[in-house]
Amino acid sequence: MVLELTKIDEIINKYGADKAFLIQVLLHVQRENRWLSKDALIHFSERLSVPLTQIYHIATFYKAFSLIPRGRHQVTVCLGTACHVRGSPHILERAQQFLGISPGGTTPDLKFSLKSVNCLGCCALGPVMVVGRKYHGKLSVSKVGEILQSYGQEE
Amino acid sequence: MDKVTLTIDSLNVVAERGMTILEAALGNGIYIPHLCYHPDLRPAGACRLCIVEIEDGQLVTASRVPVKGRIVVRTRSPEVDKMLRPIVEVLIANHHSDCRGCHSSGQCELQKIIAHLRIDRRRVRLLKLPKPEPPRDTSNPFFDFDPNKCVLCGICVRTCKNITGISAIDFINRGYATKIGTFGDKPFAHSRCESCGECVIRCPVGALIAKKAQRPKHKVKSVCPYCGVGCGFYLGTRDNVIINTQGNTDNPANKGNLCVKGRFGLTFVTSPERLTSPLIKKNGELTKVSWDEALELVAIKLTKYRGEQFALITSTKCTNEENYIAQKFARVVMNTNNIDSGARLCHTPNLRVLHETIGIGAMTNSIEEIDKTACILAIGTNITQAQPVIGFRIRKAVRNGSKLIVINPKENDLCRLANIWLRPYPVTDVALLMGICRLIVEEGLLDTTFIKKRCENFDEFKKSLDDFPLGRVERITGVPQEMIAAAARIYATIRPAAILWSTGITQHSQGTDNVFALVNLALLTGNIGKPSSGLYPLLGQNNAQGACDMGCLPGFYPGYQMVTDAEVRKKFEVAWGISLNSEPGLALTEIFQAVLEGKVKVLYIIGSEPILSMADSQKVKGALEKVAILIAQDIFSNETAKFAHVVLLAASFAEKRGTFTNMERRVQKLNKAIEPIGDSLPDWKIICELAKRLDGKGFDFSSPEEIMSEIASVAPMYGGISYNRLDKERLQWSCLTPEDLGTSILYGEQFHTPNGKAKFTPLEYKRPAETPDVDYPLILTTESNLYQQGTLSHKVAGLNILGSKNFVEINSKDAADLGVNDGNIVQVISRRGEIIAGAKVTDASPPGVVTMSFHFIENQINMLTNPALDPVAKTPAAKMCPVRIVPQT
Repeated sequence: MVLELTKIDEIINKYGADKAFLIQVLLHVQRENRWLSKDALIHFSERLSVPLTQIYHIATFYKAFSLIPRGRHQVTVCLGTACHVRGSPHILERAQQFLGISPGGTTPDLKFSLKSVNCLGCCALGPVMVVGRKYHGKLSVSKVGEILQSYGQEE
Repeated sequence: MDKVTLTIDSLNVVAERGMTILEAALGNGIYIPHLCYHPDLRPAGACRLCIVEIEDGQLVTASRVPVKGRIVVRTRSPEVDKMLRPIVEVLIANHHSDCRGCHSSGQCELQKIIAHLRIDRRRVRLLKLPKPEPPRDTSNPFFDFDPNKCVLCGICVRTCKNITGISAIDFINRGYATKIGTFGDKPFAHSRCESCGECVIRCPVGALIAKKAQRPKHKVKSVCPYCGVGCGFYLGTRDNVIINTQGNTDNPANKGNLCVKGRFGLTFVTSPERLTSPLIKKNGELTKVSWDEALELVAIKLTKYRGEQFALITSTKCTNEENYIAQKFARVVMNTNNIDSGARLCHTPNLRVLHETIGIGAMTNSIEEIDKTACILAIGTNITQAQPVIGFRIRKAVRNGSKLIVINPKENDLCRLANIWLRPYPVTDVALLMGICRLIVEEGLLDTTFIKKRCENFDEFKKSLDDFPLGRVERITGVPQEMIAAAARIYATIRPAAILWSTGITQHSQGTDNVFALVNLALLTGNIGKPSSGLYPLLGQNNAQGACDMGCLPGFYPGYQMVTDAEVRKKFEVAWGISLNSEPGLALTEIFQAVLEGKVKVLYIIGSEPILSMADSQKVKGALEKVAILIAQDIFSNETAKFAHVVLLAASFAEKRGTFTNMERRVQKLNKAIEPIGDSLPDWKIICELAKRLDGKGFDFSSPEEIMSEIASVAPMYGGISYNRLDKERLQWSCLTPEDLGTSILYGEQFHTPNGKAKFTPLEYKRPAETPDVDYPLILTTESNLYQQGTLSHKVAGLNILGSKNFVEINSKDAADLGVNDGNIVQVISRRGEIIAGAKVTDASPPGVVTMSFHFIENQINMLTNPALDPVAKTPAAKMCPVRIVPQT
């Protein structure tokens, strides 16, 4: 799960080891690895000559970065007003139950991460659950398990 | 400066062009609310409280907008209030509500703003965010952090980044959850925070605050007693106790900055372990006695041992006046030149070499010039730990674009900043530096005009470079040729360049050769006698330079005048009114040998701890046991005192007046801040008393001023220095006459050698005194620790907590071979002794090298080290020795 430092070096080199591209580098590694490990942060600090605490400041500021491993499939349940009135809290509850984790968590097998958001901007589809990049709209509680099951099985 | 007139709140005020509106207002006594502004920092405009209205109703942040033209500024208007109040109200609502019990109360910027805007705190309660109160961080022994009081102005973050360059803290998280934190949100004590407290003194509210903060009653200007930087500060006192210290921003050495030791480490002064009366050994026990009894006993004993049987070891922590009196006592009363100090262990190679090659044994330039140096070569020094305030400057210089070359076998903080880091095998510096010189000559990067005009002996030196082709240098040092060449090109082409070094260069059996090599390098590129260039021997002791200046050297009278020079001797015989011993005395290292051989029978040790500081402490201990009479003079009952027959009780730096000379030759005055603890007396008074009882003439001094005027009369470079001038002026010697303004850069015109020319020295590579073999395969090197410095810091509880690092660092490869894991207890054995320590597996030490800090009484590293001497400077090779490591089961 942890990206090797040589791979991180490749990414850093792609940006010319320039500290001006720090956020780009972090995003790139986040994309490849789905999280930023402590070793990775220390490595960025050494290679780009940026104080470690400053990197931590950036990594905790932007929601795009995660300092804990994220699962292969990001499950996002919308709790915005439109979804809410159509019962999305129950969807979230079911997802939690199925995955055995609460929002912000990752399953121990690193397959799923769960989070809730306040609006996805597609209220007409509500209630909505997004898995990876796929939007599952007009959802009912009974379908949640089935959908997640299908992602869990594919390899 | 260009002046501008502007109107603030219908008052005409004059400001300098380039000032911000806020600075112009504050400078003219007009208050504008602000939190994130601090005069030491660049404007941030983060708190948005300094909003003012300028022409056309435009609202701007006063801390970011420079004054220009005749602008009209209104600090209070309905528009300003509309912007300002909501910001302040939210801040107050979420700020810890009770000012009672907060040590910042009265100095708090937020209180000031509340009063200024007349905000009723009860009415803003509803604005409080519904979030749990985060706990206080009390992990650091010197200060606390209370996030509930924090206003997120960011002054601490900017201080840590831009003033100290440490960057231990930053904003973490976002939105409501934003707070000031360390990497991984760990407690301060477990972060890379160096506890310098620069953020604490700048916090506008009470979020970062010193533990047990109290407001002092009196403020006394003084000088830090720890390292050789000589930071100026004010001691805040209350009821005869030092409450706090405040950096003196007028002092050019530190510009107001202090490190953890200077800011928080002075509680040793009033430590309960301080002695309160002189002691005499009676029936094997040290018993309290009166001054009369102690002095009488010493006087009776000393009468029998005048001449070569007596030796005096004085302290690099005593003032110039006291050191002068000490050497005068040895020479005049005891008729011997057996006088030396701890400077022998670190500084004498510098003295000898610089004296011989360029004329004066001291730093050529000043500390403040480091800011403007274009290229810094730091070799054999761990500056950020040993001289932290200079570390701040180097970090700043590098941030501003200076190049940094680090040469050190062990990785330290500076290596991470460096443009290039050369990692030679220990004790191969001569070869490496000669390799660098050779490349500079080969590629024609040398300063020919400088060499022709101002140097001699260049051809012989050039010839000696033939022995150092880069291939051979690479084989000796283990540094790749290309890196040597790259470093050489940076140093030779980017000017001005300065060389900084300390004990990694001098504490070797070829310490003098190392310094010769550095002088050669500086001469070769013409980097001497110009601003921001030169040679910076960094000193670890506050008055190591002063002790040497005062003639606490067996071969020199005050002012580096040779004992063997008949004319000089005559001058001193006239000045002191007695005939003097013409034989140079024994060096510190030789004194202990002479004790063991029975030649020296009386040892008088002032403020020194030879068992801890000298190589091969077993031997030193043997000497202290053997010596017929041992007189210890100290503020504590130290290790030496355990062997002493008489302990004379000295006063600490805070209880007396005097001067210290820092490593840049700056003579600085310390003032009496508190009354002496117990019966303690300043060292000069004790020695003068003793001298009078031994019928010594010329010891009738009633104050340190009088001693300084005698120093000025005998040591030419102190000729123009007097207490009156020191109160007003900042003086660096040489300062020959009362009109002389002192010398910040030496050798601007010519070198202080007999013919005015600097001398190149041909060198050859010599192997170290002791090399690793099958039985002792690893090299142990010693290093300093930020939180510790000799015996004083051991009496400060907080420093002992932070600086309890008492382990041996082993490279991971060696650790794997030995089967040692992190935290295991191991035995470190050298040819002379063994100690037990915890192991720390790290790659900071290169393979084959293990490192230990040298400050600790519990496991004295000097049980192991090698007393082999540098043949010229007689400095022991305490920096390295071969050892083997045996895991304990």
